[in-house]
Amino acid sequence: MSAPRFEDKPRLDESAMAMRAAAEIKEGMVANLGFGIPMLISSFVDPDAEVLLHSENGVIGFGSVIEDPARADRYCINGGGQPVERRPGMSFMSHEESFTLIRGGWVDVTFLGALQVAANGDLANWKVPGKISGALGGGQDLAFCAKSVVCITTHQTKDGTPKIVKRLSLDITAPRCVKRLVTDIAVIDVTPAGLVLREVLPGWTPEEIQMVTEPELEIPGGVVEMAL
Amino acid sequence: MPIDKVVASFDEAVADVADGSMIHVGGFGGPAEYPSYLIAALARKNVTGLTITGNHSGFSEPQLAMMKERMASLMAYPDDYFSPGLLVDRGQVAKGILAFPVLPGAALKVPFEELLEQGKVELELIGQGSLAERIRAARAGIAAFYTPVGPGTVTQGEKDVRWFDGRPHVLERALKADFSIIRAHKADRWGNLTYRGTARTFNATMAGGSHCTIAEVDELVELGDLDPESVVTPAPYVQRVVVRPPQAVSDWRTPC
Repeated sequence: MSAPRFEDKPRLDESAMAMRAAAEIKEGMVANLGFGIPMLISSFVDPDAEVLLHSENGVIGFGSVIEDPARADRYCINGGGQPVERRPGMSFMSHEESFTLIRGGWVDVTFLGALQVAANGDLANWKVPGKISGALGGGQDLAFCAKSVVCITTHQTKDGTPKIVKRLSLDITAPRCVKRLVTDIAVIDVTPAGLVLREVLPGWTPEEIQMVTEPELEIPGGVVEMAL
Repeated sequence: MPIDKVVASFDEAVADVADGSMIHVGGFGGPAEYPSYLIAALARKNVTGLTITGNHSGFSEPQLAMMKERMASLMAYPDDYFSPGLLVDRGQVAKGILAFPVLPGAALKVPFEELLEQGKVELELIGQGSLAERIRAARAGIAAFYTPVGPGTVTQGEKDVRWFDGRPHVLERALKADFSIIRAHKADRWGNLTYRGTARTFNATMAGGSHCTIAEVDELVELGDLDPESVVTPAPYVQRVVVRPPQAVSDWRTPC
């Protein structure tokens, strides 16, 4: 499907998407931050909130990314290799324990990147078109087993093609797993009845969001503006 | 006779690794996790036809230099940091059982991707969780297990699928290697190991997942000096211990 580009309209950058996604993490939750944009989330979580951020390389309960190389700790890094703050209550674990936590259903929410998400919640995020293979990392285990999967992604590819599609054309990571999409222009829920538009970035109308989304969106009366 | 698993050099530690061996390579990718000196020793030995398992296929030497430069604003990478990519780039690897065989983006091609395109390496793609559990199963004497991860996707392949508790599960086989090469923090001569922070990762997972586990450690301590409460890897899982040099050896070609 070709879609309009709306090049003059505002869009959230990666940090702003991470900031909006951070609002999904409630006190008491175990939240996994996947590779890519989701790693930025730890810097937007309220430092006073007691949340357990988990990274698949085997650490839970860490804080924000340490920006000062003089303070960097190579023994406390996130899944993207960035140094992160130690916090009271944190623990380290082996890789099999880290995925026991994931597979066993102890992770309340995981944030993953996406190449495509289908109307039924199918996720494709491991193989870029044209590459001979891709990077499954820990994303497949998370997509299959976390209690809730939130995808953070631009709404369209660089050439304007919608990433939210009726059916995946890319290789699937996990079926029917995505519960919520936080994009650079909207927040959309995946429900048994289909996709429901929840929030719209100021400067966009729900109808314009529909024009860059392949499946039909349910647009309830309660659509609100995305707030950061 | 007293138990002493300490080996004098990295070259000696890998002396019996034969062509065609399967090796679990510890670490995740960060600056303090790879068994760098054991990787370097395997490169010097020039053993070939290896099957490697692990998270990442690693970088070539120029790519590593580039990566270190890119990460410098966040964290300094040590001079004695070698990744499995050294073995891949030198053509020593025939097969990878990996979660990150290629990078997610389109921009950079790691050596494994180049060789995969040329048909010179074989790939078994597997997610980190199933890989870790297959290695744990090998250590635990479990032949295979059913996991809910993978049905209907690339990782199902020809594997058996059965339904339990209303969900499809894929049968994954244990993955026992000939050798595990891992990095740990402290060891005693029995092979008890402790780790530091996120450097535990696949290192602790791979200990005991093979016929011979070789641990590269920061420090050797006297028997009895490790607090039994802090030992993560108990001695029986480890067959050899070798201590990292006090000063970084930055050229992998240097015997040590």
